[in-house]
Amino acid sequence: MNENPADLAPELCVLAAAVAGLMAGMFLPRRRQWPVPAVCSAGLVAGLAFAGAAATRPGLMAFDAFSVDAITHVTRITVLGSTLAVVLLAAGRVRGHPRESEHHVLILLSALGTIMLGTSSDLLVLVAAYLLASIPAYALAGFGKDAPGTEAALKYYLMGALLGVLMLGGVTLLSGVGRGTAYPVLRAGLAGAPPAAVAAGLVALLAGLLFKAGAAPGHYWVPDVTEGAPPAVAAFVTTVPKIGAFAALYRFGAETSPDGWAALLAVVAAATMTLGNLAAFGQDNVRRLLAYSTVSQAGYLLVPVAMAGRTDLARPALLYFVAAYAVTNLGAFAVVVAAGRDDLAGYAGLLRASPLLGLSLVVCLLGFVGTPPTAVFVGKVLMFGAALDGDHAWLAVVAAVNTVASVFYYLRWIVPLFRRPAGPPRRARGATALAAAAALLSLALGIAAGAALAA
Amino acid sequence: MLNLVILLPLAVALALPAVPRRAVPWTWIAVSLVDLALVIGMWAAHGTGGGIAYETDVRWIPSVRAGYHVGVDGLSLPLLALTAALFAACAVYSLRQTHRVRGFAILFLFLETVCLGLFAALDLLLFFVFFDLSIVGMYFVILLWGHGDRTRSALVFFLYTFLGSLVLLLGFIGLYLGADPHTFDMVELTRTPPLSGGPAGLTLLAVGIGLGIKTPVVPFHTWLPPAHTDAPAAGSAILAGVMLKMGTYGLIRIAMPMLPDAWRHYALVFLIVGLVGVLYGALVALAQDDLKRLVAYTSVNHMGYIVLALGAAGYATGDADARRLAVTGAVTQMVSHGLVTGALFLLCGVLYDRAGGYDLGRFGGIARGAPVFAALAAVAAFASLGLPGLSGFVAEFQILAGTIGSGTAATAVTGALAVLGILVTAALFLRVLHRAVLGPPGELTPLVTDVRRPELAALVPLLALSLVIGVAPRFLLDTIEPLSAAVVALVGRR
Repeated sequence: MNENPADLAPELCVLAAAVAGLMAGMFLPRRRQWPVPAVCSAGLVAGLAFAGAAATRPGLMAFDAFSVDAITHVTRITVLGSTLAVVLLAAGRVRGHPRESEHHVLILLSALGTIMLGTSSDLLVLVAAYLLASIPAYALAGFGKDAPGTEAALKYYLMGALLGVLMLGGVTLLSGVGRGTAYPVLRAGLAGAPPAAVAAGLVALLAGLLFKAGAAPGHYWVPDVTEGAPPAVAAFVTTVPKIGAFAALYRFGAETSPDGWAALLAVVAAATMTLGNLAAFGQDNVRRLLAYSTVSQAGYLLVPVAMAGRTDLARPALLYFVAAYAVTNLGAFAVVVAAGRDDLAGYAGLLRASPLLGLSLVVCLLGFVGTPPTAVFVGKVLMFGAALDGDHAWLAVVAAVNTVASVFYYLRWIVPLFRRPAGPPRRARGATALAAAAALLSLALGIAAGAALAA
Repeated sequence: MLNLVILLPLAVALALPAVPRRAVPWTWIAVSLVDLALVIGMWAAHGTGGGIAYETDVRWIPSVRAGYHVGVDGLSLPLLALTAALFAACAVYSLRQTHRVRGFAILFLFLETVCLGLFAALDLLLFFVFFDLSIVGMYFVILLWGHGDRTRSALVFFLYTFLGSLVLLLGFIGLYLGADPHTFDMVELTRTPPLSGGPAGLTLLAVGIGLGIKTPVVPFHTWLPPAHTDAPAAGSAILAGVMLKMGTYGLIRIAMPMLPDAWRHYALVFLIVGLVGVLYGALVALAQDDLKRLVAYTSVNHMGYIVLALGAAGYATGDADARRLAVTGAVTQMVSHGLVTGALFLLCGVLYDRAGGYDLGRFGGIARGAPVFAALAAVAAFASLGLPGLSGFVAEFQILAGTIGSGTAATAVTGALAVLGILVTAALFLRVLHRAVLGPPGELTPLVTDVRRPELAALVPLLALSLVIGVAPRFLLDTIEPLSAAVVALVGRR
């Protein structure tokens, strides 16, 4: 039994920063809330430092419910890094907003829930983490208090509540037939349980996690929230909660290995990537296009999840792909924030008007396709390898065909970049720098994949 | 030295934004000539010895045992030299270009690194990286500097060849998973072929389709005519001269040595696919009125000979000497096709530059106003149809002699039928010369002025090399022969 709170230092840093930010926000004058994002960023940086240090130590289990292992390390670092990027992206936009401090605190709390999703080895903690990750995000989606934002928040909330209740039912069923909620107990318990009950519980549990992951059939909120919420929030909800959801899915699959896991998840993966790609074809709004692109990427990410426990390649594939996806997606959203345009036509001539921004977008979009030497390329190679090694060659072929199909809509966004500029460029230094950093990181992760995988 | 050869163009491409605008073309030419000189130096130092030289092996992704592993041998060297020569020719040819020169030069230097890297790669993942990047580079060349319906052509090119590359990747992963321990290293995979039986057949199917789309073999060639027609002249020359070789190079370098059982088992498929490519390419080219499409379809024909020869080399029951001859011919054909087709596309570019069209029916009697152009076109056409004394003859003679001579009924029949392809090619090139170069004046003929100095400087070396290979092929064949002996031995393993 290990109950040392220091093992959860990164999570505590985020919590402390959130609480400090909330307190500071209550006492600071409305117009001068800049210390709040500073406190939040400091908390995230401290969390990153602790997480990095923890990654060098051997794995352990804390409070019988939190696994501190490779999955946790990658989840922590990716979530903290992505959240930091989102806070920086949002800082300029919400400066002086009446609810500025609330904005940052909600982001931090949702990130905290996401990390817990990825670390929990117990169904009850999983449910608590799900709620913590979701509820702040509902509020964030409607942060703008405008019509599209309200609709997005409502849709997000209703969908999340419905699938969350389903998930709770699934947890009840699984813990009932499995005689426990901790994964090691469930592994033994589920093996002897009635298959029909296990299957029903599994499907219900998946409903909630697939909603968080933005995968079919829980993906209906993705385009509306991405389009309706403020851009920085859209970047957050399409990136960060997914990281935790995929980690949770993988951990559950690998540690309890229920019957039929691979078959069920493989079908969901194939359906998700195909649906996302088909829906992205006709989009003229870049945020909706990115939304459907995240759905299709979720499909690829589900491939290693389906192969959990079947091949040694599944875990590196998932972890690498998740990090690569987060970097690439944040880069693309940073470009959207910097350019300040949502229609495809608004990107005409971007490469001439702002070469750095245009080049970053090209790198990120080609990265989504999986062009070497970007990070997603390595993730995709590992993903294909996992599918073939796990005896799901058909899934690898479906993923390959989907990748080719996805090229079409990413290129639809790239082509206008080379046209003549329509007007003078907007100045958005912070977001531009972030986009360039993400593009560089994507290339670096691709080229230095060896070092990243070894860690 | 090999790393310098590969990375020099990329390094200069990265530095090019800082170069003054007027110096850009000259920098580009200088770099490509330096690179060509370095490749020739490597070839001279390597000589005709077998084995791999200038090897570098750096860990890249150790957890899947993939590395930056490059080296050269008798198969790589001629192709590296061809690549460097064609890129140098394109640099010289583009001296007069005015539209976005800097971007054009950067993209071509990037492509040069990619192509050189591919022919030197000894790691499957590295090979795939270069393979994929070549598609991205060429997509932007067609999209930004092409003409006609370039957006569509570029998109078709990207989607089609990208699908091929992903199928190829699945095949590579199949090889990786079959090896014990898992590895992407080509040298190790060649030493111990990883798969046999059904999985080997499926892997060969994936690798064959992936490389076949790039080659291209019938029926996967449909991306090629629009891409070639709408690309700029230098882009077409690189696409046909260098990038089509990536497919056949992969067949010799990867498919044959790493999947010998499957290759022998399905050799007949490659024979037939090659024969269909030869005949179909020639016949469709005969029916074209658009000069550039015609040249594009002759590429299908010429690449068909290579596939045919490699299929014949898989017939283990055949005569080993003849099979070696076929492989040597195939590699010679790669070099020859690169030089000649590169020159033909640059000549098409001259016509488009002057008259803005490729329609054969609207040209005629060009020889009167542009004698030098006419002479160059005639030499290129004769080289392409395989006239003795030029490189095409050396290559095709060896391919056909090797195929027919390996002595089994299937190779003899397909080889004999493939001879018909030469006849059709001869007919179609004579028809081109007859209609466009000689004959009565056409409506666009007055616009055609003779070749300018940069164009001449780009074209003459390519055709001169073809002539050198045709007259004194010994230096090339001596380099290739140890390699073809090794490939035939590898594919004959049980």
